[in-house]
Amino acid sequence: MADAFIYDHVRTPRGKGKADGALHEVTAVELGTTALRAIRDRNDLDTKLVEDVVFGCVDPVGEAGADIARTVALKAGYGKEVPGIQINRFCASGLDAVNLAAAQIMSGQKDMAIGGGVESMSRVGMGASGFAIAVDPSVAIDTWFMPQGISADLIATKYGFSRDDVDAYAVRSHKRAAAAWQAGRFKDSVIPVTDVNGLIILDRDETIRPGTDMQALAALKASFVQMGEMGGFDAVATAAHPDVEFINHVHHAGNSSGIVDGAAAVLLGSKKGGKAAGLKPRARIRAFATVGSDLALMLTGPVDVTELVLRKAGMKTSDIDLFELNEAFSSVVLRFQQAFDIDDEILNVNGGAIAMGHPLGATGAMILGTVLDELERTDKNTALVTLCVAAGMGVATIIERV
Amino acid sequence: MNLTNFRFETDSDGIATATWDMPGRSMNVITPELMAELDQIIDTVASTEAIKGCVIVSGKEAFSGGADLTMLQGLRDLFVKLSKEKGEAVAMQSFFDESRKLSLLYRKLETCGKPFAAAIHGVCLGGAFELALACQYRVVSDDASTRVGLPEIKVGLFPGAGGTQRVARLMQTGDALQMMFKGEQVKALPARNTGLVHAVVPRDQLVANAKEWLKANPQATAPWDQKGFKLPSNKVYSPAGMQIWPPANAIYRRETNDNYPAARAILSAVYEGLQLPIDLGLKVESRYFAKILRTKEAASMIRSLFVSMQELNKGARRPADVPPSKLKKVGVVGAGFMGAGIAYVTAQAGLDVVLVDRDQEAADKGKAYSHKLVSDQIMKGRAKTADRDALLARITASADYADLKGCDLVIEAVFEDPKVKAEVIAKVEAAVGPKTIFGSNTSTLPITGLAATSQRPQNFIGIHFFSPVEKMLLVEVIMAKKTGKKALAMALDFVRAIKKTPIVVNDVRGFYANRCVGNYLREGHLMLMEGIPPAMIEAAGKQAGMPVGPLSLNDEVAVDLAFKVLKATKVQLGEGAVDPAQEKLLSDMVEKHGRLGRKNRKGFYDYPEAGPKRLWPGLADLVGKRLAPEQVDMAELQHRLLVTQALEAARTYEEGVVTDPREADVGSIIGFGFAPYSGGTLSYIDNMGAAAFVKLCEALAKKHGERFKPNRQLKRMAKTGESYYSAAAAASATKPAVKSAA
Repeated sequence: MADAFIYDHVRTPRGKGKADGALHEVTAVELGTTALRAIRDRNDLDTKLVEDVVFGCVDPVGEAGADIARTVALKAGYGKEVPGIQINRFCASGLDAVNLAAAQIMSGQKDMAIGGGVESMSRVGMGASGFAIAVDPSVAIDTWFMPQGISADLIATKYGFSRDDVDAYAVRSHKRAAAAWQAGRFKDSVIPVTDVNGLIILDRDETIRPGTDMQALAALKASFVQMGEMGGFDAVATAAHPDVEFINHVHHAGNSSGIVDGAAAVLLGSKKGGKAAGLKPRARIRAFATVGSDLALMLTGPVDVTELVLRKAGMKTSDIDLFELNEAFSSVVLRFQQAFDIDDEILNVNGGAIAMGHPLGATGAMILGTVLDELERTDKNTALVTLCVAAGMGVATIIERV
Repeated sequence: MNLTNFRFETDSDGIATATWDMPGRSMNVITPELMAELDQIIDTVASTEAIKGCVIVSGKEAFSGGADLTMLQGLRDLFVKLSKEKGEAVAMQSFFDESRKLSLLYRKLETCGKPFAAAIHGVCLGGAFELALACQYRVVSDDASTRVGLPEIKVGLFPGAGGTQRVARLMQTGDALQMMFKGEQVKALPARNTGLVHAVVPRDQLVANAKEWLKANPQATAPWDQKGFKLPSNKVYSPAGMQIWPPANAIYRRETNDNYPAARAILSAVYEGLQLPIDLGLKVESRYFAKILRTKEAASMIRSLFVSMQELNKGARRPADVPPSKLKKVGVVGAGFMGAGIAYVTAQAGLDVVLVDRDQEAADKGKAYSHKLVSDQIMKGRAKTADRDALLARITASADYADLKGCDLVIEAVFEDPKVKAEVIAKVEAAVGPKTIFGSNTSTLPITGLAATSQRPQNFIGIHFFSPVEKMLLVEVIMAKKTGKKALAMALDFVRAIKKTPIVVNDVRGFYANRCVGNYLREGHLMLMEGIPPAMIEAAGKQAGMPVGPLSLNDEVAVDLAFKVLKATKVQLGEGAVDPAQEKLLSDMVEKHGRLGRKNRKGFYDYPEAGPKRLWPGLADLVGKRLAPEQVDMAELQHRLLVTQALEAARTYEEGVVTDPREADVGSIIGFGFAPYSGGTLSYIDNMGAAAFVKLCEALAKKHGERFKPNRQLKRMAKTGESYYSAAAAASATKPAVKSAA
């Protein structure tokens, strides 16, 4: 089997995903194009070598619909020879795009491909593509559907995380993200989004609040109380997990991932492909895995998939130098940390989606890049990247430097 | 036309009136014959040029209660028969075609080219309201008795003749779902305000109003047949839909624990139907209807909650040769919580009540309870001040037994002590005439023992109410050894007058309901002692279909009462009759920790001043061990909680405490909320099959102890393949229904 190497990665800054966010004026297509242009330009890449562009996008409708990967590749001037495919596994789509590109390379069918993703949550809107698993009674009832926030609160209740615990984690995310920007740790990989004249629209993540503290977060009301009680979801949660008598609602906007706009791209290739492009590999894809997990907890897939991917790779958690887990909600990270007893100092060391936001289809590719930069900066070797996924799934990838 | 169920006439303006008035029935009902006649009417209206439109009105005091449920049962039987004869595929197609005939007929009416109007007075429910929904215009009378609604869900069915589609096209989706989930009966004004009907007028103007409308709207079509029709809640897949559907699905689970396929079918029929044009929506509804009609839940609920309940209410167990009692005045002795409740329901039924207690103050206090209950009704807008005055005027509170003179029936509800009861019996008998029937409301004392102190044991009968009397629908009528048939007839006539449902049981310790409930509580206690997390025990109860978990229920009836009953059992039946684990739990709860239940805000739950009750954290220490959730098999917990009750019912049946499966079933559902979808305790066994039930009992007995050992009769049934209902049907052909009535 061929190795799949990572040759480069970029991301846009993440703009607040609302009408007053900096990237609201930028189309989803232009966001994705920004990432692809940068991959080409900074590597002096002959784009004809790129045999596929795989892009994650969770709400592929409207301007993001109808195969945005091909659309973006064409707009970026990759040429008619470069095909594109859009995929969707909700929040892990960006990492799945990387894995799918890697799989094509590892199977020997391609020598160079791009995996990435894009989401303009401010322009397209979360849920715009419909969501039968939540809506259609013939599915929603049997699958214990509930909004993710209720599942996150169920995880907190079941595994014993208090409001203080989840808030403290959120404070840490903001502090770490702010410190990372301060130290210039993102500067090599974040590509400013510009207008048609080259004027900068946004060059930094927009939602970090370095001054956030426990007091500020304590002022926020839990977001899912009413939905849980009036909407019947607390009853669904406790029916699925009858050991839980009642749901302790602890999550709010301040300890959940932010809604943002953004895009990312990762350039992957075989040894041969890299050579043809005259590039030096930065890391190798060691293993990846996907699982379905508990439907009601919904967001504990990272625990199951981490066990699986380690088993596949013949590794132990102690073999992993850095863990990067998408911060969908504080309790997701805390449960993951609890399950494997992971030290604070090797988990999400530069903050995550609670501070910087979670552009659904792109995040997986973004955090893969973030942790690769950190491995290089600290001269460590191996990292595990994982995300929880709606409808109870998990995706994980292990990378190692070469 | 050849009509027997309708009168049909056309006025000089060309407006026809079809007056629905079925001969020999007090209430109009939809039958195959009725459908054939309606079909003729539609054809005549459509094809007669002189007719511009048609009003449908009832010739009776109410519009109609809907479809004949026995007709639906017949459809089901037809399917079973056809399946055997021609195979399931053929049977299914023919069943589907048959079961949607009514829906197609209504659609034919709606699209025949001439408008129809429904003029509704009194109740208009189920299939009858679906008929009205297919009419382009609905006008209802402003009378207090007028109600429209789709109550099919209450018998395990759902509106299958267009109801789900038309209501969801008239009302906001959330309101439509709620109305059908609850089987709500809607009064005139709210019906108009929510768009279910178009107008409310005095009864004498109904037909004229409908005719006016038809004259003014000769081209009328249903809104959904017009171009540009928009759904009241927008499209299913829209931001509005995202606000509606996920909570609707969750609330379905919260309210039903997914035990009611008909409620689930309402959701799917509306969800899928709203994404389709009306004709296809109706077809999808029909597909779900055909499926639901074949479920055992529908069959069981129709049988117990409709057919059997009606039969019991109409006096199925009443000795036919005793003339109707002329009940006018009822005495109630003991004005405590139970007595006060009995006085209230009796006065509410229009009977005079003499409420006696040892002093005037106590008697007045009992009467004040009625004042409070009517006042609550007034606050809710369900009664008027005049109703309260009239009701209170019927109750005479007194400390003088002599005031009981002239009572047709006297019911005692005094302290549960044989001595106290005996004194009361003597005092009452001294005051009343020889024809007065004496009813004893006891839940624990054998009636035969009490009757022994009576001068007139043939007039002595048990009338066991459940608490709170004004809410609980069941009354156990208990036959003592010498109870005569006049006493039985009187007791049943009384129960009928106060609009409750009687079951007649024989005099064995605990009677029927409390024995089953006691087992439910005990199983919860024992699970707790096994280390099963209390939240899981409670969830298992609810998921099995019980209204509340066993620990909650015990808090409601009081933990010290459960302990008292256990101690009494031990005294009467010996050490072996009680479970030591249960005894330890209850004595620790009551004696060590003073946890008596909701009444002192400390039971298995804590009851804080503000906020909901929470399981008492101290339970963990009380038990000492706790299993991890993964070690607990929820399905087994559910089985244990239902089987322990059903098995006890089976024992009472074998012992002759309950003598009719209908009474065991109906009594279990309305008496203690036994999983209504099952049809009741004995239907639960019948549906599973005696052989499977016995197997399940034996497996549970092996694992959890003797208390799950099946009784002899059950084991015999497992071998013969008999069911309770088949055996009862065979037996009723050969022996009288009331076993011990003289």
